[in-house]
Amino acid sequence: MAGAALPGRLSWQVTRVLELVEETPQATTIVLEAPDWPGYRAGQHIDVRLTAEDGYQAQRSYSIASAPEDPHLALTVERIADGEVSPYLLDELRAGDELELRGPIGGYFAWDGSLGGPLMLLAGGSGVVPLRSMLRHHAAAADSVPVRLLYSSRAWEEVIYRDELRRLGDGGSDSPTVEFTLTRAWPADWDGHRGRIDRALLAEVCWAPADRPLIYICGPNGFVETAAATMVQLGHEPQRIRTERFGPSGT
Amino acid sequence: MTPISRGFSGRHRPVADASRIPPGQYLTPDFPVLSAGPTPHTPLDEWSFAIDGAIDERPAWSWTEFIDLPAETFTTDIHCVTKWSKLDTSWRGVPIDALLAGVVSEARYLTAWSDGGYTTNLALADVTGGRAWVAYEFGGEPLEAEHGGPARLLVPHLYFWKSAKWVRGLTLTEDDEPGFWEGYGYHNHGDPWLEQRYQGD
Repeated sequence: MAGAALPGRLSWQVTRVLELVEETPQATTIVLEAPDWPGYRAGQHIDVRLTAEDGYQAQRSYSIASAPEDPHLALTVERIADGEVSPYLLDELRAGDELELRGPIGGYFAWDGSLGGPLMLLAGGSGVVPLRSMLRHHAAAADSVPVRLLYSSRAWEEVIYRDELRRLGDGGSDSPTVEFTLTRAWPADWDGHRGRIDRALLAEVCWAPADRPLIYICGPNGFVETAAATMVQLGHEPQRIRTERFGPSGT
Repeated sequence: MTPISRGFSGRHRPVADASRIPPGQYLTPDFPVLSAGPTPHTPLDEWSFAIDGAIDERPAWSWTEFIDLPAETFTTDIHCVTKWSKLDTSWRGVPIDALLAGVVSEARYLTAWSDGGYTTNLALADVTGGRAWVAYEFGGEPLEAEHGGPARLLVPHLYFWKSAKWVRGLTLTEDDEPGFWEGYGYHNHGDPWLEQRYQGD
């Protein structure tokens, strides 16, 4: 089927793994060679399909980690304990392997300069992946829309793209504001925020409702539910808040 | 040509009830939450349900009127386009057949609309004949807001994005008009057994 794309159809494509980058002990970026890839918007996702020798298949969705301007399509996959596809991608997949995928999928949880800003990004755990795509796109396009990221993780070792995000936040007055909060463990010299996101932290870090930021929130459902509800309570318009949730409900 | 994924054996193959899992889906005991924006929390005394659009008489119900309508308790399997399926979920709600009883219209389609601005389009034939409900209980309890409470559409034979959370009304239409996700490239019909996930599937 690959290559026989019908107009408007998302065909399965065979890509090749160029490189695997360990971001954290539990998250790896998969850089792909995808010559027939149709392009995408920052924030969109793709479906991956694995096929066993006897024909059994499993599919999962993953956010795109790269920006449309990047030379290669990249995914960042976090291990789901007891999962079926993510452990394979982290433990078995090697450079040179083929990987079948189709996309791009979605389009609401996506950002480009035409949507304007200010752009407020709220990430919980691996929810940073599609937001990193937006940050890279914002930088590559040299967009003048102001952007801020608040990223919540359990510990510094679990912060995905930590060096890249720190560099991005240190780029001068026109660069994005990047802030971290750690909820469980802190380095000895930690000068970032501590604890889970709450009303006080969101009020401190985010633009005021009068500035009408465009808000993207991605993470586990509990994080997204709390962040979105708190932003509404602070006075932000629900229509300016876009969410993407993943993982079990925990109930 | 689909390549074999070297070293992939598939450790979560459905064993029991394999015939109840549509292609490309996996079984989950959880009830994942997916939505495009913040969860609305409409107070019940401000809640109403309406049938409008291409009809002469436009019925509407308050919350107390709605939960007085004859309801059904039923158990069904649900399938989300993000690949999870959940079996034997139990619900209580009002069948769409009952809401449309007495409605005179030439319309063949409808758009379900929700608090928060979400919409999804359906053929009338897909929500009549005992195949769709407006559900307000899950597992014997009031439906939680994050799962679409106080009431959501339930069309279990289609992918779950068609089962609009926080539904407030049905607009009958003569033409089939794409809803929210349908406008972003998801399939217009969404039959999980035909794996109609995206346009062109």
